Amino acid sequence: MVTYIARRLVYSVPVLALASFVLFWAVRTTFDPLAKLRQSHDPTVLARETARLGLNRSVIEQYGLWMKAFLTGDWGTSTRTGGAVSAMIGSALGSTLQLIGWGVLFAALLALAIGLYSAARQYSAGDYAFTALSYLGIAMPPFWVGLLLIQILAVWPQQQFHLAHPPLYFVGLHSPGHSGPDLDYFRHLVLPVLTMTVGLVASWSRFSRATLLESLTGDYVRTARAKGVPRRQILVRHALRNSLAPFVTVVAMDAALLFGGLVVTEQIYSVPGMGRLFLDSMLAGDVFTLVPWMFVVAVAMILFNLLADIGYALLDPRVALR
Amino acid sequence: MTRTAPTTPAPASVPEPSAVPGKGASASRDPGPARIALRRFLRHRLAVAGVLVLLALAVGCFGATWLAPSPRNAQDLLLGATPPSGAHLLGTDELGRDYLSEVLYAGRISLAIGLGVAVLSTTLGTVVGCVAGYFGGWVDEVTMRVADLFLVVPAIALLALAIQGLGSSPVTIVLVLAGLGWTVIARVVRAQVLSLREKEYVEAARVLGVPTVRILWRHLLPNLVGVVVVNVSLSVAAAVILESTLSFLGFGVQPPRSSWGNMLSQASGMVGTSQSYLLYAPGAAILLTVLAVNFVGDGLRDAFDPQGRH
Repeated sequence: MVTYIARRLVYSVPVLALASFVLFWAVRTTFDPLAKLRQSHDPTVLARETARLGLNRSVIEQYGLWMKAFLTGDWGTSTRTGGAVSAMIGSALGSTLQLIGWGVLFAALLALAIGLYSAARQYSAGDYAFTALSYLGIAMPPFWVGLLLIQILAVWPQQQFHLAHPPLYFVGLHSPGHSGPDLDYFRHLVLPVLTMTVGLVASWSRFSRATLLESLTGDYVRTARAKGVPRRQILVRHALRNSLAPFVTVVAMDAALLFGGLVVTEQIYSVPGMGRLFLDSMLAGDVFTLVPWMFVVAVAMILFNLLADIGYALLDPRVALR
Repeated sequence: MTRTAPTTPAPASVPEPSAVPGKGASASRDPGPARIALRRFLRHRLAVAGVLVLLALAVGCFGATWLAPSPRNAQDLLLGATPPSGAHLLGTDELGRDYLSEVLYAGRISLAIGLGVAVLSTTLGTVVGCVAGYFGGWVDEVTMRVADLFLVVPAIALLALAIQGLGSSPVTIVLVLAGLGWTVIARVVRAQVLSLREKEYVEAARVLGVPTVRILWRHLLPNLVGVVVVNVSLSVAAAVILESTLSFLGFGVQPPRSSWGNMLSQASGMVGTSQSYLLYAPGAAILLTVLAVNFVGDGLRDAFDPQGRH
């Protein structure tokens, strides 16, 4: 196991290096890091900054310099805010991790429950209803889901019952003056978590239904049934346990995509996370934030994919990682 | 038969209407593979409904010049924003434009982008997958490692960056989305070609000296029709949603051009106001399109499934 993890990590180094170089090059050719200084009347400022940032060298050299600084902990300064990029990414990662944590937990449990129900009562009215809902969930653009939820769950009740505040908030994660996991926090959390889970539940519940139905066809299930094991116990002890490994893998792989993929949710609900940071940096042409951002997201993706494989091996003893 | 779950095994006991014993068994009356696929597709009711919905949407949008209640961008500033009514089925926006007409005109770009991306990315992915799988070796290694790179970087970030750099005309958006979308089908095609190239008939063709291009075209491609066609439908759905998301974030189709995504993006400011009705129509149009395309995809998957009933 340890050798497997070590080898996977070593393999990911060239992938990361290549990906980060391509991104570095793409970001540098798209944006001009000195755009703000171009209007400056003092030509020496431009020349000084060009030399300081090493912009007169080749892209490969610039990339090498950036990588060296990055690895030694010097992530640079944002041209947008003037703050340290490492601190900005750190706090953004904190917000995004909260959304991912709650969202994935909620979506996975709900999807598993729906999957169990649909597998136990295949072709029942409830099964058809969940199938229809999952088709809808997959076909709705995520940002539209978010806007509709605000309209239906926050704005409408407030207007209908003439409340001073909407029952659920849709700006940020805390009201001013609040912090920590209090009621205020959860009133902020419900809408973004619901928004991100609609699509996830739709696809994960289909997946868990399919894997559960497949494990129900196994020989061990027939044996258990022949021995007179109750249906509920067969479903939970035999089918669920066997379908859990692929389910956890899919969940982990999709969770990896959320690190940079919550752009829409964070934008709608003004959550200061990674997606928001990306958008703000893009609009401001802040190259010094964009490159480390992509690097961090790529590392998170690689780690979660590794976690997915390890989780599979832990849950399914037949799989040996070598 | 409305069951459409992707991996649910179809009940095998449903009798084939045409499989009348005694008839149809002779080789001369055997329908071709295309006929079989068509017949199976037509039995998939939701898929047929999907085709009809898509046809209606396409006629409505591309025929908007003749069918839309008002001409494009016809403003009535004195009227302003009105909720849906008999005169304006979907209401009017703050410039007094008939919203139904606007939705129909915007659908042109949304549908065109969806179809363009699907065809382009599937073609590209199929060619790359064929070449990588058939030749193997370093060609395979290089193309698959490039495809792996796309797994590491979040798609929306890459798309936004590319569009920022290359511009956001509809043609560029199609190219960028296709440039990202080809990896999925390339992997599937490559895996299939890897097993197909070991088949006896391919080996026989090689021994007979059939040129490589002809082997790929005549002997491998026909086996891939199923996955390729299904991929086209799924990519249409993905592209329509991605385009709308990009437009919402400000990286997609820019005004004065309009797509469903950028109509929604403009309506997003109306949440909680008296004009919130503007939110529903463009989103419902996207929902309807994607739903229909997904049903068509399911129907096609069943129709081309080699394990299915003939």
